[in-house]
Amino acid sequence: MGSITLKKVSKVFGEAKVIPSIDLEINDGEFVVFVGPSGCGKSTLLRLIAGLEDVSGGQILIDGKDVTENAPAQRGLAMVFQSYALYPHMSVRKNIAFPLKMAKMEQSAIDKKVEDAAKVLNLTDYLERRPGQLSGGQRQRVAIGRAIVREPSAFLFDEPLSNLDAALRGTMRLEISELHQQLKTTMVYVTHDQVEAMTMADKIVVLNRGNIEQVGSPLDLYNTPRNLFVAGFIGSPRMNMIEGAYAQSKGAKTAGIRPEHIGISRDSGLWTGTVTVAEHLGSDTFLHINSEVGTLNVRTNGELGFHHGDKVFLTPDENKLHRFDDKGLRIAG
Amino acid sequence: MARKTTTQSKIVWTVIAWVVALVIFFPILYAVITSFKTEPEAIDGFSLIPSGTFENYITVQTQRDYFKPFMNSVVLSIGSTILALIFAIPAAWAMAFAPTKRTKDVLMWMLSTKMMPAVAVLLPIYILFRNFGLLDTRIGLTIMLTLINLPIVVWMLYTYFREIPGEILEAARMDGASLWKEIVYVLTPMAVPGIASTLLLNIILAWNEAFWTIQLSTTNAAPLTAFIASFSSPQGLFWAKLSAASTMAIAPILILGWFSQKQLVRGLTFGAVK
Repeated sequence: MGSITLKKVSKVFGEAKVIPSIDLEINDGEFVVFVGPSGCGKSTLLRLIAGLEDVSGGQILIDGKDVTENAPAQRGLAMVFQSYALYPHMSVRKNIAFPLKMAKMEQSAIDKKVEDAAKVLNLTDYLERRPGQLSGGQRQRVAIGRAIVREPSAFLFDEPLSNLDAALRGTMRLEISELHQQLKTTMVYVTHDQVEAMTMADKIVVLNRGNIEQVGSPLDLYNTPRNLFVAGFIGSPRMNMIEGAYAQSKGAKTAGIRPEHIGISRDSGLWTGTVTVAEHLGSDTFLHINSEVGTLNVRTNGELGFHHGDKVFLTPDENKLHRFDDKGLRIAG
Repeated sequence: MARKTTTQSKIVWTVIAWVVALVIFFPILYAVITSFKTEPEAIDGFSLIPSGTFENYITVQTQRDYFKPFMNSVVLSIGSTILALIFAIPAAWAMAFAPTKRTKDVLMWMLSTKMMPAVAVLLPIYILFRNFGLLDTRIGLTIMLTLINLPIVVWMLYTYFREIPGEILEAARMDGASLWKEIVYVLTPMAVPGIASTLLLNIILAWNEAFWTIQLSTTNAAPLTAFIASFSSPQGLFWAKLSAASTMAIAPILILGWFSQKQLVRGLTFGAVK
């Protein structure tokens, strides 16, 4: 079991209200990702759940039990830190065994659990090494191993992949997703990388200035962002925001159209523009276009050979248009 | 780009380094040389070649008891260091991992006590020591040495502890370690190099402390610093014997320093180079 409920949780540091008031329900077995720009309070929220920070107000319930006043270790959660936070003076074996030793488990049981975890994480050959002798990816696996052996009711990940290079990040992302499939334990994952959020999450929580902007599945957020912030934050490249006459004609203050929902042609279309930068990725081409409605990002397939200075015509797919009112909120329909 | 060093400039800098080292070391060297001279030789002006007599060492050992002040020095420096660490480790832990708005002020205030001339508080301290019966006692001097070195010990440990990532201690907390287990299993093993060099430096400072040990002791608790000073007495100055006593006083700490220099340098530059 591992459901987590936040009821009016707030956090104040001195004068600064980092988290004004948050209500959130995390169901058992869910993979929930907190995403938002740096300083939005996502890590603080995770640390409040972990018990590493005291809440300024509100309640935290785990499996229906109020744990607001409980010490971190009494909450039955395990955490994986951004810096791995391994004990540098202990071998991999001792690192993984540490929480079990603290729980006063029998040595033979500890050995068995450590061996099992090492097998799952491909660390069997490295058990006698120190963290300093491992690569970044291996260190992260040790940190995960240390979390697994405790059999926690939920895992908390605090930007676990941001210290890894791009290729390794992709691999580890997959490994963590597979681990979730295997263990079916609740996972709460903090990241500023929306690609990680989109690819891993069952449910994404978008945070901004300590407030929840929207909660939903990745495709929910992509298809029906509740406001301008979510619309701009989810999706890469960013959604194009168009104001002025075009937006007004659609009955909105701001009209949003994703780069992949703008058709491009050399001879006809709604808007005209000039290509300023063309980024050829092979599979896709990202075009930055100076148009009559402002600078637009357009995503096209890799075969169309547009280049800097080309004159183009653009047509938005009106079925995919997002409309926002003067408060920045989505207009339904 | 790496800087180019020619063989010529290497030689020049090596020579300069040796000269500077020799100038700094020379007073100690000269004291050692003088300790092997006779008394007339010693006052007879500058000379680097002693007659090689061991007489001074024998006299110092037979006429005055070297062993007693030596033992006092050992007890005072080790005792005050252990006492200082007992107070400083929890203090530095609190300042490094649970700082408040005023932590920096407290640290500065502690350090500022070291900027005050010791002689300014000599009288009140002397009177306090006299009233509490601490004059010329090992306990009194141990307390005094602990107090005067405590700011430096706290500062050094604070600096080492600050280098330990807080996340590691948090991980230990998540793993179910109590505060005590966190300090024993995680913090202390990680801070051993820092604690060791603080310990060594404090022993050296306490061993060499000459102002308070001379002022507050006469015979019973007098360490080697007071022992050396006693050779410049109203009966006259005995250069050669003074030098022999000095050599015997600095030898133990010089040997300790020599064997622990790697640890000391590493400890003192900790955090500067990672």
